[in-house]
Amino acid sequence: MTTDRLHTIVALVEDKPGVLTRIAGLFRRRGFNIASLTVGKSEQPGLSRMTCVVDGSPDIVIQATRQLDKLIDVRGVCDITEEKIIARELALIKVQSTPDTRSDIIQIAQMFRAHIVDVGTDSIVVEVTGSEDKIAALQDLLNPYTVIQMMRTGRVAMTRGNNKEV
Amino acid sequence: MKLTGAEIVCESLIEEGVDVLFGLPGGAILPFYGALPKYSELKHILVRHEQAAAMAADGYARSTGKVGVCTATSGPGATNLVTGITAAQMDSVPIVAITGQVSRPAIGKDAFQETDVTGITLPVTKHNYLVMNTDEIATAIKEAFHIARTGRPGPVLVDIPRDVLTETCEYIYPVNIDLPGYKPKMEASEEEINEAVQLINDAKKPVIIAGHGALISHAHNEVIELAEKCQIPVITTLLGISTLPTDHFLNLGMPGMHGMAYASIAIEESDTLIALGMRFDDRVTGKLEAFAPNARVLHVDIDPSELGKNIKPHVGIQGDLKTVLNQLIPAVDNNINVDWMNRIEQLRSEHPSLNIRETSELLPQYVLKELAKETNQEAIIVTGVGQHQMWAAQFCEFSYPNSWVTSGGLGTMGFEVPAALGAKVGQPDKAVWSIAGDGGFQMTFPELATAVENNIDVKFAILNNNNLGMVKQLQDLSYDSEYTATQYAGNPDFVKIAEAYGITGIRVTDKAEVSSAIQTAINTPGPVIVEFIVRQEENVYPFIPSGQTVNDMIEEPQPEIKV
Repeated sequence: MTTDRLHTIVALVEDKPGVLTRIAGLFRRRGFNIASLTVGKSEQPGLSRMTCVVDGSPDIVIQATRQLDKLIDVRGVCDITEEKIIARELALIKVQSTPDTRSDIIQIAQMFRAHIVDVGTDSIVVEVTGSEDKIAALQDLLNPYTVIQMMRTGRVAMTRGNNKEV
Repeated sequence: MKLTGAEIVCESLIEEGVDVLFGLPGGAILPFYGALPKYSELKHILVRHEQAAAMAADGYARSTGKVGVCTATSGPGATNLVTGITAAQMDSVPIVAITGQVSRPAIGKDAFQETDVTGITLPVTKHNYLVMNTDEIATAIKEAFHIARTGRPGPVLVDIPRDVLTETCEYIYPVNIDLPGYKPKMEASEEEINEAVQLINDAKKPVIIAGHGALISHAHNEVIELAEKCQIPVITTLLGISTLPTDHFLNLGMPGMHGMAYASIAIEESDTLIALGMRFDDRVTGKLEAFAPNARVLHVDIDPSELGKNIKPHVGIQGDLKTVLNQLIPAVDNNINVDWMNRIEQLRSEHPSLNIRETSELLPQYVLKELAKETNQEAIIVTGVGQHQMWAAQFCEFSYPNSWVTSGGLGTMGFEVPAALGAKVGQPDKAVWSIAGDGGFQMTFPELATAVENNIDVKFAILNNNNLGMVKQLQDLSYDSEYTATQYAGNPDFVKIAEAYGITGIRVTDKAEVSSAIQTAINTPGPVIVEFIVRQEENVYPFIPSGQTVNDMIEEPQPEIKV
């Protein structure tokens, strides 16, 4: 009941300067552990949607959502962990390549339905979208070729079906 | 009508019902001060340090229930406000701080007296604004006042660049507030009320703990009504003091670290805790796991994040306390738990926490008891933080709501002087006493000039023990009386300080002089300092050490009991 786990929290927030600082500052000073935090425009002008992955017990996560909801610039907050959700993350992975390894890397990328978005003489950039597990699995397979750089967006999520959480 | 930004600020303040502001000017805020003389409705009280402006606004707000306003310039002016703003945030006090900022082109360039004030105050305000266009000033100020005074009140800061204050635009004060992300829930649902009623009706040993929310929500009458209907003893937190008169037969006083022993034991033994507008602060609960071990908890608070933050309630209701109590009171049974009331009386007589021992020495407790007597419990008492604050909470007596003003959550020494000025400005017909220790008084006494200049008739009592007494007490109990940095060797002559400001100063060294000195102060028009040279070794009891339980309570050290 009180075990720590990752919770997916989504929020609708005002697209104003300083909103991200308010949210990040709140998490920091209240001591909540965030695994990832992403913000981007929503379907409504002037509003952004935020997905936040919080590590903690149910009590801590309830406290985090209530504290978030208190921020004037936050329109609504919802913990969708127990809902049927679509959760995705995008990663760009730059891998060392040689003429010998290039086709292997491309083949691995294809197995993960990843895209090759840049090919150089000695490197390849792979773009992959999916769950954190899938990205981790791809990274594992690419590691032997030497990953030069990896960039991940953090989770974005929404519930399935014809409704809005917030 | 085209107005400058500065004029718009003044017009907006008047629209919000402001009649007084506390501040200190500087370059960036100067356009506002330039416009101010045109608005005779706005009285400006010039302080000597900006922290006093924020604390005076705080004292004004606490004593009146209205929003207090303070102003400061950019950079150091604004950063000096921060302690006062934080105190208001911790104690849910509505203040609006208006700060000047460097002109827009200079922002981000490390310009002279530039500071990221909205950044600095982000964690210590309920909300804040950096207004980047003149036509946004009126909306920002309207929203600021709305946010400050509604829901769980708190400080809101509005930072305005100098050139935004000098530019002009068409002025229309907005009629409506459009804050979709801010809609405090006021009422309890029927289901919540039913659950709460069940809990109260089932109680055999109920206790009410009323906090600052009871006063903020103007729910003092409802708290008394509920208590009287069901004969439930009422414990008030430090900030809940004055919710009901001290001499009300159901008033059990303050609980916790320096609370009444009988109040803390009543919580320990209770089967039902009715927590009204309070937040289970660590000074109240001590060790959380051991707090009220047998009690089911009903918690009513306007701030949903308080429900379950420290104590998980069996019934938690988010709502305005006055509204919720008016829903609740007609629905509860008036069953009276005679055994429990008898037990409470037994606790009171077995653990008399308010006895002052017989001695010829001048004890601080005696001074405060006399002060309550000589002022007929009708004065507004304003304290700083430390031993004097705890003794005042224990020994002063109160007859009406909001007659007790103290910095609780932040625990701000020096609060007592400027906050008392603000309280007196807000309540000119009430007697206002600032109770200070010698430590706190020295943090803010330059504001005596503000009192003199504006003829603010506050009486300043100093309980002088030549020590940072509360810290020294902790050193007594936890550091083998190793008094590091708590003893003052070079305290000034406070009577001469009074003279320097052209006011009356009285020094009291003898117990026999206490009441006459208080009377002299009362009968002397204008500010007066009364310095009481009190016993240095005196410590505050009862005492539950931090993080411990009621079983660890030290009621009074044995050698001290010589009745």
